[in-house]
Amino acid sequence: MSERLIDLHVLRYNPETDTEPHWQQYAVPYNEEWVVLDALNYVKAHLDPTLAYRWSCHMAVCGSCGMMVNGEPTLSCKSFIRDLPGTIRVEALAHFPIERDLVTVVEDFMAKLARVKPYLIAKEPRTVEQGEYRQTPAQLERYHQYSQCINCMLCYAACPEYGLIPKFIGPAAIALAHRYNQDSRDGGREARQQEVATDEGVWECTFVGACSEVCPKHVDPAAALQQVKIASTLDWFREHSMPWLSK
Amino acid sequence: MALQVGRRPYVRVVPRTRWFFRRPRYMRYMAREVTSIFIGAYTVLLLVGLARLAESRAAYEAFLQALQSPASIALHVLALAFAAYHSITWFNLAPRAMPVRLGEMRVPDSVVAGVHYLAWALASVVVLVAAGVL
Amino acid sequence: MEIIRTDVAVIGAGGAGLRAAIAIAQSEPRLRVALVSKVYPMRSHTCAAEGGAAGVIKDDDSLEQHFNDTVGGGDWLSDQDAVDYFVREAPRELIQLEHWGCPWNREDNGSVAVRPFGGMKIQRTWFAADKSGFHILHTLFQTSLQFSSIERYDEYYATDLIVEEGRCTGFTAIEMRSGQMRRFEARAVIIATGGAGRMFPFTTNGAIKTGDGMALAYRAGVALKDMEFVQYHPTGLPNTGILLTEACRGEGGVLLNKNGRRFLQDYGMGPETPLGKPQLKTMELGPRDRVSQAFWQEERKGNMLETRWGPCMLLDMRHLGEKVIDERLPFVRELSTSYLNTDPVTQPVPVRPVVHYMMGGIHTDAKAATTLPGLFAAGECACVSINGANRLGSNSLVEILVYGRRAALSAIEYIESIGSRSPTAASAGPADAAQARIRELFSRPLGKETITGLRQEMMDTMERAAGIYRTGDELAEGVTRLGELRRRYAGIALHDKTNVFNTDLVQALELGCMLDCAEAVMAGAAGRRESRGAHQRLDYTGRDDENFLKHTLAYHRRAEPPRLDYLDVVITRSRPGVRDYSGH
Repeated sequence: MSERLIDLHVLRYNPETDTEPHWQQYAVPYNEEWVVLDALNYVKAHLDPTLAYRWSCHMAVCGSCGMMVNGEPTLSCKSFIRDLPGTIRVEALAHFPIERDLVTVVEDFMAKLARVKPYLIAKEPRTVEQGEYRQTPAQLERYHQYSQCINCMLCYAACPEYGLIPKFIGPAAIALAHRYNQDSRDGGREARQQEVATDEGVWECTFVGACSEVCPKHVDPAAALQQVKIASTLDWFREHSMPWLSK
Repeated sequence: MALQVGRRPYVRVVPRTRWFFRRPRYMRYMAREVTSIFIGAYTVLLLVGLARLAESRAAYEAFLQALQSPASIALHVLALAFAAYHSITWFNLAPRAMPVRLGEMRVPDSVVAGVHYLAWALASVVVLVAAGVL
Repeated sequence: MEIIRTDVAVIGAGGAGLRAAIAIAQSEPRLRVALVSKVYPMRSHTCAAEGGAAGVIKDDDSLEQHFNDTVGGGDWLSDQDAVDYFVREAPRELIQLEHWGCPWNREDNGSVAVRPFGGMKIQRTWFAADKSGFHILHTLFQTSLQFSSIERYDEYYATDLIVEEGRCTGFTAIEMRSGQMRRFEARAVIIATGGAGRMFPFTTNGAIKTGDGMALAYRAGVALKDMEFVQYHPTGLPNTGILLTEACRGEGGVLLNKNGRRFLQDYGMGPETPLGKPQLKTMELGPRDRVSQAFWQEERKGNMLETRWGPCMLLDMRHLGEKVIDERLPFVRELSTSYLNTDPVTQPVPVRPVVHYMMGGIHTDAKAATTLPGLFAAGECACVSINGANRLGSNSLVEILVYGRRAALSAIEYIESIGSRSPTAASAGPADAAQARIRELFSRPLGKETITGLRQEMMDTMERAAGIYRTGDELAEGVTRLGELRRRYAGIALHDKTNVFNTDLVQALELGCMLDCAEAVMAGAAGRRESRGAHQRLDYTGRDDENFLKHTLAYHRRAEPPRLDYLDVVITRSRPGVRDYSGH
């Protein structure tokens, strides 16, 4: 009985033995329920235990398994091999240095995330005894989509600005800043503007929109960035036309 | 375990001038950006026309004549196409940059974009009537 | 070997670990916190929890009722003093999380909303759509970023605890990116590494849940408690094991056998409630152990749907309507549609019980302290015990908060009590031994044992012998098989000899941890000759309060199955009764 096989090409890189990355080919049995991650797990379990990659939840919520599948930034746990006819080419997520095989160096992203002050800076203090802040469903809706980011970094891999200009703070970090700005409980927008309304921040963005196209959680970071731009512009006009408003 | 540290992260360089050939979405983006050249060029043309008008009747007539040449018509058709592409992409993106809320309800994106198209249509009608075309 | 010195080291950066780190940073900002995790914090499996976190805030509810639901749900194996503390602290923790920005769902008037959940008499489960764990984790992680006293060590795999003069003084860990081993010297260590569901073949758990922290404490002489109590979540997708939250049933979803019958009514959870109007604590809102056990029984009668992934029941949510599903269960819809090609709005979803949670873990007291001075534990890796023999859904997401903080406070108290006394000349011995153990793994020649092979055999053994229903014979055989696997594990060798990001090495170490934890599960199950909560035996079908109203303690032995001992359960005011989930 012949078993259908699929042709999987993986970009390998071992810093201790390779001067540069090289493609390696594997033949993996076809299974119509499998995602690319299942194929990689098959390779590691049965063909080549040296293959290195990150994964955990297998349900598109932990954000570990981002990689390039046929040139597109994808979560390998959400990329069904039945939708990928022909050869499947898998490579480490673009715009990040390759540590090993499919594992990238993500320190830059982690640092940028921390820079934008992605935590609630309460408008009014409240003790636990006083109970929860009131927030209506409509107020929740204003920031909810921006809170869905799983930090998978597919947006950074898609963003040509980040690829060409690495100092760009990037879509996910700025979208997260926007998430807090839009939260009715938060009063920290001004504090975040220092990082976000800058040349390295939102003004590096030219609304290519690739980030939102690849986002697996429909966060729409591009929208967040444009909204931050508009808010920053209004800030500037207010500051310069009505300076008496700022203390 | 070897005693020396073996890390050597590999940086894949993005080609500065050819990056947009990689994916269709980047090509579409560049096309959108390139439209600005045509819109800029058309603006210059309008300014030239104004200058000719201020100069003398004859100069203005010569300008209008030049506009009717085949090369000019071709350029205008191209400019119109690019301007339309520019406007359509802009209108479709606008709702995401400006979410509109009426009270608690969020106005659907299609409505926001629709208002832009409506304004475009009205402005076009006004211009065409003023120009005596309608 | 490079030494990293800190005051409190937290191993594991999920909900419990992050909460502990934040608690220390807030109460004692002068103390250095090292937050050490084998993955970046956002990847921790807390992110996959869906349903919600329980805490008493509504007027029709009371701490007493939460207490009773929890103790009864745990089949009276919960330590009641700890449960008292837990139910009291729960609402405070959830409000604190809200103050940190957690996007809890709301009532129209802006107050926090609650939803019904299994085994609870009153609605008290706070939720953030159906991604509560995700939002809790990200809220905690983002909040932690504001504290400069928290230093993170991301992708460090802890290998061995260091015990000197009878106290835990640190541990060794491999920095995964370089492969270099580091020694962490800490005045107190908190383990918050989660459960070990990956020892079973069908589980909701992610790849990282391999019981590493449990093994760390276990090998250092701390008992693992109540390991035989493994929770099966009734509604996992049959092919991948992906979790469909209990909230599906909380919102009104029903479970059907192949004949379309809501079969739970035949197993003491009836009478049948009206469609779409679930009644708390009965039918589909019965506790997880009862529902999973009903599945098993019904399957034996031949009433389950035969699918290519095995027998399944149907989770029917069609009557909820698209609007409710999109508002309260959007993630469930997405998961079911992508991974099983089934849209719950239009079709019933085939589901089956899958391993989800371990009630057992590192033995701690009600203040999160282990028997090893300087070592604390919190979250799923620990067993206080709050959850007893069966955990109620939505108690875990709040337990990690309550006990994350409790462990931090205990660690601070401990540090203050020992003062500045540090062990006399911290020796390099234990750390060097840990390093040698890893080096030896690298130098072993390849033999016939493979990580994949042993892991599969371990999973098969667990599934067969330690499943939903167990028998003495199968358990005894399971103990023998696992012992064999432990011996064969010594023959494992690495294909990957690189230092940089060696996942072959990490998987080998994780397998060793799972085998240790598996032996504790199997031995505990073999020793407990009764049926209680999630531990059900066909040869001892009744609950035996006379002999087994006790916790099982398993002590690690190097070349044999664990030594077992027993510890009385703390009973304060709720005497063991009948777990009644009928609607009468």
